[in-house]
Amino acid sequence: MNTDRKPALRLENIVKTFPGVRALDDVSFEVFPGEVHALMGENGAGKSTLMKVLGGIHQPDEGRIFVEEAEAVMTTPLHAKARGVMFIHQELSLAEELSVAENVYLGELPRKSLGRVDWATLYANTDEILKRLKVGFTARTRVGDLSIANQQMVEIARALTVDAKVVIFDEPTASLTDAEKVVLFEVIAGLQAEGVGIVYISHRMEEIFKITDRISVLRDGEYRGTLVTSETNEDEITQMMIGRSLDLSRRTARGEVGKTALRVEGLSCGSLFQDISFDVRQGEVVGFYGLVGAGRTEIAETLFGLRTPSAGKIFLKDEELRIHSPIEAIRHGISLVPESRKEQGLVLGMNCRDNITLPQVSDLVAGPFVSDGAEVAIFDQYRDRLEIKTPSWRSAVGNLSGGNQQKIVIGKWLAMRPEVLIVDEPTRGIDVGSKSEIHNLLRDLAARGFAVIVISSEMPEVLHVSDRIVAMYQGRVMRIFDAEEVTEDSLIQAISGIENGKVA
Amino acid sequence: MKNDRLGKFAGVLARQGILVAFILFMIGFSLWNARFISVENVFGVVRSSAILGVMALGVTFVVIGGNLDLSVGSLMSFSAIVVLDLHENPAFGPALAIPAMFAMTMAIGALNGFLVGYLRLNSLIVTLGMLSAIHGLTLTYSGGQNMDIANQEATWFGIFGRGTALGIPIPVLIFAGLAAVLAILLAKTPFGRKVYAVGGNEVAATFSGIPRARVVFFTYLISSFCVATAGLIQASRTMGAQNTVGQGLELEVLAAVILGGASLLGGSGTVFKTVIGVLILGFIQNGLLLAGLEFYVQFVVTWIIIILAVWLDIAAKRGRLWSPIA
Repeated sequence: MNTDRKPALRLENIVKTFPGVRALDDVSFEVFPGEVHALMGENGAGKSTLMKVLGGIHQPDEGRIFVEEAEAVMTTPLHAKARGVMFIHQELSLAEELSVAENVYLGELPRKSLGRVDWATLYANTDEILKRLKVGFTARTRVGDLSIANQQMVEIARALTVDAKVVIFDEPTASLTDAEKVVLFEVIAGLQAEGVGIVYISHRMEEIFKITDRISVLRDGEYRGTLVTSETNEDEITQMMIGRSLDLSRRTARGEVGKTALRVEGLSCGSLFQDISFDVRQGEVVGFYGLVGAGRTEIAETLFGLRTPSAGKIFLKDEELRIHSPIEAIRHGISLVPESRKEQGLVLGMNCRDNITLPQVSDLVAGPFVSDGAEVAIFDQYRDRLEIKTPSWRSAVGNLSGGNQQKIVIGKWLAMRPEVLIVDEPTRGIDVGSKSEIHNLLRDLAARGFAVIVISSEMPEVLHVSDRIVAMYQGRVMRIFDAEEVTEDSLIQAISGIENGKVA
Repeated sequence: MKNDRLGKFAGVLARQGILVAFILFMIGFSLWNARFISVENVFGVVRSSAILGVMALGVTFVVIGGNLDLSVGSLMSFSAIVVLDLHENPAFGPALAIPAMFAMTMAIGALNGFLVGYLRLNSLIVTLGMLSAIHGLTLTYSGGQNMDIANQEATWFGIFGRGTALGIPIPVLIFAGLAAVLAILLAKTPFGRKVYAVGGNEVAATFSGIPRARVVFFTYLISSFCVATAGLIQASRTMGAQNTVGQGLELEVLAAVILGGASLLGGSGTVFKTVIGVLILGFIQNGLLLAGLEFYVQFVVTWIIIILAVWLDIAAKRGRLWSPIA
């Protein structure tokens, strides 16, 4: 790292608000040429918003961005590219049917007269870049024939077609094997040597310590500071990410735990997850914690009949179940509050009442007709119990706040009186006030004897609501903690694949 | 900014504007030609809209469920030809011809429903292909000949198209009666609710334990039942039919459904609104004829109406007339 030179990228007091949320609050840091600068923070801390501001997708309300100390106003993604700010996204965006070269120069193929593509130059330029990346494929290879890791290399090659000043990697190792990671890190080192500033977003501690020079931390949209990697440790970073405000004592005492409601033995589903065993008793909340892609949601979907397990058994109250569809899961008393409220949880154009009664509408009948009275009675009951704030049952759920929408989804499933309630990311995209309401609600449900599974990517949430915590890593259960014994460190280690200080 | 205000205006127009535009159109035409608003003309429009209207009722279910049915015009030709042919067949006669025709037409509707619902094939492709396939089937069945009832005096078959009760044409009564029954089915029963849920968000519906495939299947079955009814009225009114009697109706039906305010994205619309859409379309076409325009101008007008209705629907959803992203 060369701090004598002017920064490749400098952010100055960036503020970005959305209705009701301060997504970025006074964020300032700089990246020097040849530096690998980690950006860390929990899900929802504001990393994605910051990336969108840098990429010209969102405009900051306040603050300025400088590229090589020249102020950069970026109102479209093309502006960002013109200034040499390039992104390597977690989700690949390549045209699989086209060649590597066509993908690398997509939209700006070199031309000859009459608008004909200059193939010779195209392939030569692309091969030049590929040589810098030391990859084993050529400009003419079809992208669909490449491995995920190599497709990522194509994305990186794309970033190198312009004179990149800053390259931003968003969770680049999420789908890479260890060997592929080594190659990626070499490429990053190469860029570093060429004087490119690198922003590296990742949750994985071991990578952060291996390749980054400095670490900037965001929490709840606020910039918490920048650390020099060689002078810090995991504890300090974790503390900055999660903060002191985490008060475990607020967690209500464990309720009366009853019989086993759900027992899962050796459940596997292809490459998504393997050999999962756990149980949930009535009156307890079992939290599932792990990185994105660890297989938590897939387990929930399997229990709910959306996926077919390749091995293993599911017992509900000691009776073995075979579940092939959500209809069967619901009939057996398994309910799922899904991860994506708007896509999976709600029919946004429908009113609040109809959303709540949807799973049981066939049973709420008087003769052949849906009984208005029965429906309104159920709506009223759950509006009062969950304190759902809506002008009337006639309001479209699309007009409610995120927190109230989530309560509608939870109410919908409570109204089915489930044996097991699975809640996937209960507070994603929800403001802080509603968050704690929903946490209290989940505890309250357990106290009333429900068996509850909570899947979350937010550690404070898992620690706050769970009686036991299942830590997952790459499709496997690493460890099941009791709430009394768990520490943040041990939990982070377990979900990072570290067992007794060693990488599993 | 200006674009936004325009978009809001478009949104209001899309929700209320079609009715406003329709009223303005009616007033304008009535001032220009008093015959337009005469009792005979109004009744004439309603009567001539009945066949289109009956088909539009069924397609309303398909569209609210989030799909399309472009096979209805072609399928109507098929049912008219089949019922006329069986009517002339001594083994059937009118009493058996009608149920047999309903069964055959609904079997094709069931095939549409199976392909779109259970196999999850794209409804545009399935029903556009079906349009062509049924046309071929109809020609094969009829040998390319037009069908006629030979002895028109000897049959009671004409009542569905030509009869009246209390001075009201039977086709209008069938349209009104079917509209009432289907309106209740859609608005008041669990099945109707599920149609809205599947069309509004099929993923969320599946996550709520709604049998998506079965619901979609039944929307196509209802559509084909309505088509069979329309085919019966058509055959009964003319006591004869060409192989192409329903040709092009699929677009007019779709125009009426969209004019009524059902979103092509699914999840919204009502039977009552579709009835309004049918009448609007009928009056516009009638007005153009009275204005002395050639009959075939209406095909172009239908296209313009569809484009405007779809554009306004999308503009209302995104709150602006134009946007670079969906």
